[in-house]
Amino acid sequence: MNEIYRLFILLSIFLIAYFLPIGNSAFQNALFESLYMLQEYARQHVILCLIPAFFIAGAIANFISQNSVIKYLGPKANKILSYSVASVSGTILAVCSCTVLPIFAGIYKRGAGIGPATAFLYSGPAINVLAIILTARVLGFELGIARALGAIMFSIIIGLCMHLIFGKEQISENSESFKITEDKKESRSLWKTALYFTVMVGILVFANWSKDESLRIWQLIYNCKWYITGILIVVLISMLIVWFRKTELTQWISSTWLFAKQIFPLLFAGVIVAGFLFGRPGHQALIPNEWITKLVGGNSIWANLFASVAGALMYFATLTEVPILQGLIGSGMGKGSALALLLAGPALSLPSMLVIKTIMGTKKTIVYILLVVIMATISGMLFGYLF
Amino acid sequence: MKIEILGPGCPKCNKLMELTEKVVKEMGISAEISKVDEINDIINYGVMVTPALVIDGEVKVSGRIPPEDELKNWIKK
Repeated sequence: MNEIYRLFILLSIFLIAYFLPIGNSAFQNALFESLYMLQEYARQHVILCLIPAFFIAGAIANFISQNSVIKYLGPKANKILSYSVASVSGTILAVCSCTVLPIFAGIYKRGAGIGPATAFLYSGPAINVLAIILTARVLGFELGIARALGAIMFSIIIGLCMHLIFGKEQISENSESFKITEDKKESRSLWKTALYFTVMVGILVFANWSKDESLRIWQLIYNCKWYITGILIVVLISMLIVWFRKTELTQWISSTWLFAKQIFPLLFAGVIVAGFLFGRPGHQALIPNEWITKLVGGNSIWANLFASVAGALMYFATLTEVPILQGLIGSGMGKGSALALLLAGPALSLPSMLVIKTIMGTKKTIVYILLVVIMATISGMLFGYLF
Repeated sequence: MKIEILGPGCPKCNKLMELTEKVVKEMGISAEISKVDEINDIINYGVMVTPALVIDGEVKVSGRIPPEDELKNWIKK
């Protein structure tokens, strides 16, 4: 079997080498576009945006107790509270997409039930820190905010709908609540942790401050943004020295590295594919711009519906939705359809649908998928109409 | 002693698995280490945030990778 497998690989390499249309100008152009796009990411987004964002994600995974959030999603938790916590807690709980499904299953079977569980399932992937930061940076501030707010609001609506439709079906195994293991004693008071996160977010915000001459204060901040960033970095380093133990710092670095190791290769692969297919904004690559304009241009219901259905079926590795959308928007996709894809895409994919089905059964899964697609379409249209 | 690592195959879960194997080997204890990656089974332990470590049916930690000395303490008992 192994030998046949090797032969197969060798044969595919041979066929690719034999038929690769290297001389074809469209192919060459697409190849160059993918390289340009990769360089653009490497030069513009890695140092100032992605690396600080990864450190923040690593800090969230390490220094914020996830159990302190999860206790609001238990079976006895206040209903209003559990919906609100479920809709925003993705920021803290879902730094990596692989953590979303177990938490969802836990809330559904042992905790607050189907409503908050589906609310979390919908908003989780869309509002994780890395995704919001990169969306705002690459696709524009409005789209980043719209993505976060849209995900939060619509997740509550979807959760409530699921609760209204299926809430009466009690789950027998609901009797025993999930266990929350004892957390180790916090070594810092809350305000220190809060300040530490504020300073890190501050570094990210000021280092990426862009030129805006509409207000004098923005201009003023822009002129001295490097001083502000520098001061904040000094503050951060002194905090690390005074407030943190050495083992905590190594843990922080190691979880940051774990994220980086896992997400960077996928992201750059995504950038290369996006560049190859769609090119940078203003440039055409393999897929003609007219096709994209025809399918998802403008703000018609069909463009939005198509974007949300395509997004729901497709699998996006963490963050890869951003370069793909950048390519699509550059080739003429409407902003509304882009939001529709952002809202339906990371929340659903064919593989995740299958897992969700094993957890809550076919009927509920189909209703959930329909709700997601409809909600994403509506929010896309609204956003396209407003901006 | 029966040690179970719960996790659907995320990198953190694999790291916890490696760490546990290493610690058990270092301490020279005979323990049966197994991995639980089916989500429905994980939920039956009452665990939501993975990775989680279960020793003889008792959930010791969930949601983070414990430092080595903490891990050694649990295994010693």
